[in-house]
Amino acid sequence: MSPLPFARRRLLVTTGGFVAASLVRPALAQSQWDVLRELLFENRPVQDGTGLIELETPTRAHDAALVEVAVKALVPQTPERYIRAIHLLIDRNPAPRAAVFKLTPATGSASITTRIRVNEYTPVRAVAETDDGALFMVERFVKASGGCSAPASKDKEAAYARLGKMKLLEPERFRTGEPNELRLLISHPQYSGMQIDQLTRNWIPADHLETIRITWNGEPLVEVEADISLSEDPLLGFHLQPEGPGELRVEAADIKGRRFVQSWQLGLGS
Amino acid sequence: MIGPAIDRRALLGGFAGFTAATLPRTTRAAPLPLVEVAPGLFVHVGVHQDFSPGNRGGIANLALIVGGEAVAVVDAGGSPAQARDFLEAIAARTDRPVRHAILTHHHPDHVMGAAVFRAIGARIWGHARLEAALLDRFTTYRAAMERLLGAAIAGAEPVPVEESVAVETPRRVDLGGRVLELRAWPTAHTDCDLTVLDTATGTLIAGDLLFLERIPVIDGSLLGWLRVMDELARIPARLVVPGHGPASAPWPEALASQRRYLEDLAAAVRRAIARGRSLSTLLAEPPPAGDWLLSSDDHPRNITAAYKELEWE
Repeated sequence: MSPLPFARRRLLVTTGGFVAASLVRPALAQSQWDVLRELLFENRPVQDGTGLIELETPTRAHDAALVEVAVKALVPQTPERYIRAIHLLIDRNPAPRAAVFKLTPATGSASITTRIRVNEYTPVRAVAETDDGALFMVERFVKASGGCSAPASKDKEAAYARLGKMKLLEPERFRTGEPNELRLLISHPQYSGMQIDQLTRNWIPADHLETIRITWNGEPLVEVEADISLSEDPLLGFHLQPEGPGELRVEAADIKGRRFVQSWQLGLGS
Repeated sequence: MIGPAIDRRALLGGFAGFTAATLPRTTRAAPLPLVEVAPGLFVHVGVHQDFSPGNRGGIANLALIVGGEAVAVVDAGGSPAQARDFLEAIAARTDRPVRHAILTHHHPDHVMGAAVFRAIGARIWGHARLEAALLDRFTTYRAAMERLLGAAIAGAEPVPVEESVAVETPRRVDLGGRVLELRAWPTAHTDCDLTVLDTATGTLIAGDLLFLERIPVIDGSLLGWLRVMDELARIPARLVVPGHGPASAPWPEALASQRRYLEDLAAAVRRAIARGRSLSTLLAEPPPAGDWLLSSDDHPRNITAAYKELEWE
C-alpha cells in the first residue's frame, strides 16, 4: 500500500466503510483498459474506488443509444476534501472517454447522471479524481451494441430546429445548505460521425457538444468535457448546495463553434 | 434443404414470364399455412416468438390478395426461406402471377424475404421513406439475423422500392377487378408505415400499426402513433389484419387494446417526468405492461422511447 497524503487519509477515515485502497491489478483481459489508462492517466496509480463512488448502469441496455448511467458519490463535497473530477470511460467505444465532469465543492455532492451510447459489450468505468490528484475507479459491464452508429432518431432538419434548447428539471423543493439534484437537458443531435443521412446516403459529419460550463452566481460549479459517446440530447444530472437563492448559468459549446447560453433564477419561490 | 432452395432461386431468377403455377411443388414439404379471412384474402399468422432458427424469422403476419389478373402479397416474411415457403403456399391457391410485393415498413420480420419476390418479377411497393430506412439498417439487420436464424437468411438482399407512396398521396393497385388502396403515414410505429385497404372486402391490412396479443413496439413516435390511430379509426373497413396477432379482427374495435397500452404508457411516463423520476428509476419500477406477450424486453424499450420523447414536452 502506498503512503496516503494527509487529505486522503482524512477522507478515508471519515468514510468509515472504505476498505484499504488497493491498486487495481490489470488482468490479461484488460489490455484495452491498460492502453486507455496509460493514455489518460499515464503512470498515476488507479485505486479501487469501492466505498468512495458507485457506478449504476443497467446490465443489459434496452436502447444502446440511450443508456442512463449514474455515478454516486458516497462522501460529501467540502472545500477541505472533494472529488474534483469524474472520468466516465467506455472501453470498447470508438471514443472511449465519454466525458469528464469537473466538480467543485459548491456542488455539495459529486453524484452525476448522464446518458451514453454503447457500441458493443463493454466495461464502463468511472474514475474519481480527488482534490489531491489521486484516482479511484469502479466499473460495471454493460451489454448493449450499436449505440454509436444507430440511426439518428429524428431527421436532420428537425434535430437542428431544436438545437441548443435547454431544459432544467429542478427538485420539488429547493433547499439551502444541502445538495439539490438538478437535471439539465440540452438538445443536440450529437452526431457521432458514424451515422448515415437517410436521404443523401452520405455520412453525417460529427457534430457534438464539446464543453458544458455551469456556474452558480458567477462561480464555477460543474464543467463537462463531452464527446460522441454522450447520447443525443445530452442529459446532465448534477448537484448544487446553495447558501441562498441565485443564478444558475449554463454555457455549452459544440465542435462547430456554436454557443448556447441560458440562465435560471433558483430559490426565489418559497 | 439448402440445395433445392438454391436451385429454385436460380430458376426463378432467369424466368421472366414466371407464374406461380410453374413453381416446382416438391422442393418444400410444408408450404406456409394460410387462412382465408375474406374472399380471396389469405393470411399467414406469425408466431409470437423471438427470432430463432426454428421459426426462420416467421413472426409477422403475411397477407395474400388474389385479384382477377394478378396477386399481391403484403409483407415478404422474415427470411428468404420463409418467403419461398410463402410462394409455395401461394402456388397452391392460385395460378395468377405475384405482380406486387407491398412492404408495410422496414423491420426485418416483414422485409427479409423481399428479394425472393423481386426475383420472380414482383414490383416492390413501400412508403416514400422505406428505401432509405432499409438501406440504413440492412447491414445491421442481416448480421443480426444471420446470428439469430442461421441458414434461413441466406440470399437476403436489400430491394429497391420501385413504387413509393407519399404520406399525402394514397395510391391504388389494381389486381384486375380488385383495387387496393395504399396509404403512407406520418411517423408512428416507425417512420415508414404503410397500410393496405382491400376495397373489395373492406379489409384493412394494417402492418405493425396494429399489434394484437404481442406487445406493440415503439420505433417511431408514441404520440405520433396515437395520432395516426385516430386517423386509422376513420378508415371504412369491416375487418383488420394486424401485423402481429390473429389473422383478422373486427374493425375498428381491434384498436382498443393497443390504444389503452400506448395511452397508459404515455400517462405513466408523463407522471414520472413530472415527479422528477429519472429514466433509470422508472425502469427499475416500471408501470405494468398488462397481459401482452413478449413484454419483458419490449416494454422497457417502449418506456425508454416514451421517456425520451415526452421529456421535451
